[in-house]
Amino acid sequence: MAARPPRLLRHLPAMIYAALVYGFIFLPVAVLVLFSFQGSRIPIPPFNGPSLKWYAAVFSDSRMMDALTNSILVALASSLVSVVLGFLAAYALARQRVPMAGLIQGFLTAPLTVSYLIIAMGLLITFNAVGMPKSLLTIGIGHVVINLPLCFAIVYSQMGDHQANIERAARDLGAAEWQVLLLVTVPILWPALFASFFLSVTFSWDEFIIAFMVSRFEVTLPVEIWSMLRSGLNPKTNAVGSFVFLISIATVLVLDLIVFRRRKT
Amino acid sequence: MESRAPGSTRREARAWGFLLPALVWTLAFFAAPLAIMVLYSLWQRSGVKLVQDFTTANYEKFFAKSYFIDSLVNSIEVSVIVTFISILLAYPLAYILAEKVPPRWQRIALLFAILPFWTSYVVRSYSWLLVLSEGGILSNFLLDLGLTAEPVSFANNRGATVVGFVHFFVMLLTLTIFANLVQLPKSYRKAAADLGAGPIRSFIYVILPLTLPGIMVGAFLTFVLCIGDYITPQILGGYRELLLPQTLMLQISRRADFPMASALAIVLMLVVSLVYLACARWLKLERL
Amino acid sequence: MSTGGMTTGGMTKEGMSAAAVELDRVTKRFDETLALDAITLAIEEGSFVVLLGPSGSGKTTLLNILGGFLEPTNGRVLIKGADVTNVAPAKRPTTTVFQDYALFPHMTIAGNVGFGLAMQGVAKPERRLRVETALEMVGLAHTSARKVHQLSGGQKQRIALARALVVEPAVLLLDEPLGALDLKLRCQMQEELKAIQKRVGTTFVHVTHDQDEAMAIADTIVVMNEGRIEDLGAPERIYLRPRTRFAAGFMGDSNFIAGRVAEAAGGRVTVDTALGRFAVEGAAEVGQAVALSIRPEHVQAVEARGAARPLGIARVLESGFFGTHHQCTAKLDEAEQPFKVRLPQKESIAPGADLALFVDPADMVLLTG
Repeated sequence: MAARPPRLLRHLPAMIYAALVYGFIFLPVAVLVLFSFQGSRIPIPPFNGPSLKWYAAVFSDSRMMDALTNSILVALASSLVSVVLGFLAAYALARQRVPMAGLIQGFLTAPLTVSYLIIAMGLLITFNAVGMPKSLLTIGIGHVVINLPLCFAIVYSQMGDHQANIERAARDLGAAEWQVLLLVTVPILWPALFASFFLSVTFSWDEFIIAFMVSRFEVTLPVEIWSMLRSGLNPKTNAVGSFVFLISIATVLVLDLIVFRRRKT
Repeated sequence: MESRAPGSTRREARAWGFLLPALVWTLAFFAAPLAIMVLYSLWQRSGVKLVQDFTTANYEKFFAKSYFIDSLVNSIEVSVIVTFISILLAYPLAYILAEKVPPRWQRIALLFAILPFWTSYVVRSYSWLLVLSEGGILSNFLLDLGLTAEPVSFANNRGATVVGFVHFFVMLLTLTIFANLVQLPKSYRKAAADLGAGPIRSFIYVILPLTLPGIMVGAFLTFVLCIGDYITPQILGGYRELLLPQTLMLQISRRADFPMASALAIVLMLVVSLVYLACARWLKLERL
Repeated sequence: MSTGGMTTGGMTKEGMSAAAVELDRVTKRFDETLALDAITLAIEEGSFVVLLGPSGSGKTTLLNILGGFLEPTNGRVLIKGADVTNVAPAKRPTTTVFQDYALFPHMTIAGNVGFGLAMQGVAKPERRLRVETALEMVGLAHTSARKVHQLSGGQKQRIALARALVVEPAVLLLDEPLGALDLKLRCQMQEELKAIQKRVGTTFVHVTHDQDEAMAIADTIVVMNEGRIEDLGAPERIYLRPRTRFAAGFMGDSNFIAGRVAEAAGGRVTVDTALGRFAVEGAAEVGQAVALSIRPEHVQAVEARGAARPLGIARVLESGFFGTHHQCTAKLDEAEQPFKVRLPQKESIAPGADLALFVDPADMVLLTG
C-alpha cells in the first residue's frame, strides 16, 4: 500500500507560492519605508542614507500637521455619530415591530451598495445647490453616510433573542427603559459597538474621495498627501506614508494590549 | 397580529424616535443627493448657469463621444481583468492559509497579509510608482541583471493600474475566501477522503463547489470597488488612457460641468446594477 | 486487567488468521496526553462491535486510527490481514459514518451516495443502479434527485449510511451517528442499523457513550476507559459478569461490597465482608482485597427467594418511580455506601421505612481490579 510522502516535501510548493505572494504584497510598502530614510531628494535607488530629514520635513510642515489633526477629529466625531445613530436604529428595529421594517432595513444599508465616488458627487452637488460651504463638517457628514450603514448592520446582527431575554429579565426586576438601555443593552453590546466604532474610524481616517470633493481649505490627511503627489516622487511622501503606517500598527498594538488583554484577565 | 399590550403605543413611538435620526440622515445626505444627481443629469450647463430644462443631451453626448464611451469600456475591461487575476492569485493563498497553516499561526499569517495595507490607500498606490517608475526598483533590478541598457518605466499605463489594483484586491479576496474555507466543516474533507478522493479530487468535487458562492461574492465586491476607484488609475495609469472615474472627475474639476458629471455617475451606477443583476443568484444567502 | 490479546467472538488471537480488523499494540500520544495505551484487539469478520466508554476513553481516537484520519504513535493496524497503518483514508477499505453526517450540500442525494463509486471510476449506469439499491436498503427509495437540505435528521443519517455502504467496505465505522436524534428516532435507528448489518454482513465498528445503545445493537462490546480496554464480550456477559470495577459501574448501576478473600479453591472464592461471608465464582489469592458487585435488580427485598441470603435491615433514604419499577437507596448499618435497590412497579415504599434485603451469591460478581 502506498505510504504518504514526507511532510516537508509535501508542503514545499505551497510554501514557495505563499512566499512569492507575500513578497508581492510587501514589496511596495517595504520600498516605501526604506526610502523614507533616503538621504538624497528622490525616493528611488540608489539609497543614500539613512537620514531622518524627510520625517523632520513632515513634522515641520504645518499644513500636514493640521491635516493630521483634522483627520483625527473628523474620524472620531463622524464615527461617534455613526455608532450612536446606528445603534439607536438597530435597537428600535430589533426590539419593536415596526411597519415596513424590511424596507427600512434595506434603506439604511443601501449606501453600502453605492460607490464612494457617487456618494461624494451627490454630496458635492447638493452642498453646492443649497449653498453650504465645503469644510470639515461636510467631510464629516459624508463619512457618517458611509459608516452609518456599517454600524447599523453590525449592531443589528448582534441583537438576537438571547439579548432580548436578558432585557426582559431586567424589566421584570423593575428597571426603567433608559436603565435597561444604559445598564444592560449597551454593556452587552459593547463588543459590537466597539467593533463598529473602530471600523468607522479606520474607514474615515483613510477615506479620500469624499474628503477630496467636499473640502476646500481645511483638508484631511489623505487629501493633503494627494496634493503632495503633484510634485512627483518625493521622499517626504514616503515619510508621511511610513508615519501613517507606524501610527496604525501602534494603535492596534496598544488596543490589543490594553483593551483585549484586560478582558482576558 | 399582536395584542395591544399596555404602553405599546408609547413603545412604538419611542422606536420611531430612535429610528428617526438615522432615517433622516440617510434621506438627507444619501437619498436626496442621489435624486438631485438624477435631476442634474437631465439638465445642462450653459456658461456658469444651470439650464433646468429636462433633456437627455448629456446621455446622448456620452454615447456619441468616443472619449466617454471608451473610458467606460476601459473601466469594464480593467475591472474584469483585475477581478480575474486577483481571484486566481488569492484562492491558492487562502487555501494554503486555511489548510496548511496550523490554526495557532493562522491569525498571525492573516495579520501579516493585511499589514502593508495599513498605510493609507493613496500612499499604497503611490508606492507602486517607486517600484514601477523609470529608475524605480524594477528598472534598477533589470539594469543590474543586465537585461536592459537604460532605465525603463513600467508606470503610467494600464498594466501599472492593473498591478496596483491586483495588489489591493488579492489581499481582500484572500481574507474573504479564507473566511469561507475556514467555516467549511472539517468532516466534509474527511468524508471525501474516506470515500476515496485524493486531495486533488477532494478539492475539485467538494471544496471548490462549496466555496463558489463565496468566490462570486468576492468577485462582485472586487469588480464594484475597482470600477468606482479614482485613486489608483489616476496615480498609476498615466494620461493616455482614462477610466470612467477619471473622466467624471475631469468634468468637475476642469469644466465644472455638474450635469455631465452626474450623467456619468448615473451611468456608473447603472453598470454596477446590471452586474448585480447578473450575479444575483450567487449573491443571495445560499442555503448550505 | 491485562491488555493482552483479546478477540471478539471469544477466539484467541493466535487462532485467527484473517480477522476483519486487528490492532497490534496501538498507542496514540497527543503532546503530553496518552490517548491509547497499547491497544491489542481483533475484530471478527461480520460482527457488530461497539466501542463503549465515557468522554476521553479513547474510543473516538481508536475509530479515527481505524479510518486512517490519525496515525498511531506506535503499533500496527491490519485490515483483512494487510498492514494499513500508514495508508491514507482514501486508499483504505474502510468508510465512516460521521457524527454530523457530512453530506455534501451542493450535491443531490444520488451525487452523495454515488460519490465513492465515482471516485472508484464506476460507470454511470452501474452507479445509478447501485445507488438506488443502497437507497432502497435504507428505506429511502426514489429520493435520488432531492437535495440534502430537504431531508430530516433521521433521513440524513440513512443517506450517510447508504453512502458508506454502497462502496462495499471491508469495515464500516460509525462515529456516534445516533447522537443528534431524539429518543424515539434513536431507538428506531438502532433496530434498523442492526437489521442492515445482518443483511449486508459487513463488519461494523460503532462508537458510543450510551450503554443502553451498546447493549441493544452490539454482538460484542469493547468497554474502554482512559485509553485502555476494560472489558470485552457479548452484552449479556459484560452486564452480568463484568471483569473490572469500571465495567461494572459504567454498564448500568452496581452496588459494591468491599471484602477480603478467606478461601480460594477450584474456581470458587469465599469472601469475608462487613455484611457476611459469601462464596462466589472466580479466582483470587487468599488475603487479597476484592470487591463484590451486585446489580440493583438482583438485590431482593422484603422476602428471600431461592438461595438468597439475608444482608440485614436497611433504612430507605430515597425512592423514585421509573415507570417499570421503583428505585430506592437504602442504608444498611454495616455497609459504607447505601444500596441501590429495585422494587416492583406496584409496591411503593416511603423514605424512612425499613427494608429487609437479601442476595443470592450466584448473582454476585467478584472484582479483583
